[in-house]
Amino acid sequence: MIVTNIETIPGKRIVEHFGMVSGNTIRAKHIGRDIMASLKNIVGGELKGYTNLLQESRRQATSRMIKQAEELGANAVVNVRFSTSSIAQGAAELYVYGTAVRVETGGAAT
Amino acid sequence: MIDLTVFVVLVVLGYVAGSLFEKRHFRSLEKREAAQLSQPIVTLEDVSYPEDQIESARLVSGSAVISVDYFKRLLASLRNIFGGKVKSYESLLDRARREALLRMKESAPDAMAIVNVRIETASIGRRANKKGVGCVEAMAYGTALTFRK
Repeated sequence: MIVTNIETIPGKRIVEHFGMVSGNTIRAKHIGRDIMASLKNIVGGELKGYTNLLQESRRQATSRMIKQAEELGANAVVNVRFSTSSIAQGAAELYVYGTAVRVETGGAAT
Repeated sequence: MIDLTVFVVLVVLGYVAGSLFEKRHFRSLEKREAAQLSQPIVTLEDVSYPEDQIESARLVSGSAVISVDYFKRLLASLRNIFGGKVKSYESLLDRARREALLRMKESAPDAMAIVNVRIETASIGRRANKKGVGCVEAMAYGTALTFRK
């Protein structure tokens, strides 16, 4: 599965479009991380726990999107965008969307 | 009285530790940025490289969650009364974005260029009873291109 956030895949020709695919996940932080974060809020700096949490969640959203694309018979997702929204206190939604396409593998550039 | 003592301790601790961490972070950012200078990142979608030279394209991303210290939060809330430039949050967002960009670059050491870079900022961990920025997340993503040798 090739994933890019440009409209094409360089060196490969898109032969079929399948429309939009997306994946989302909503994560809440757990209490241990929250306590650490509130301590870190006093001195400032990076909150590693949150960084990891968000990266992990984004990976999950991306894999859901890829799974959806695979079910459609696509072998690539182009023009991928990420978006984050905080819907409730202490929880964030991570959303990723793109266009599922099928590319000619090993095809010469047109 | 105890409340006041706690408050003063928090402000002093925030100021001393916060500015120390920030200076250290900026130094490390500058050093790493200098090391990564040879790898171009552009916000253009198409950089007109000859297509037959491009071996692969893949999505890369990097993110960082940075929090502001107690002293700066106090400064910013004072700033809210008079209005104007909030310097303490400027440096916070600057740090988060630069760190995210650097992490994105570091995750693709083999890439010749990263195209169509987008940066997204989200404010997370905001508490209901306290308004203002708790911490911000900056995320950078783009398409890493590798070339045939």
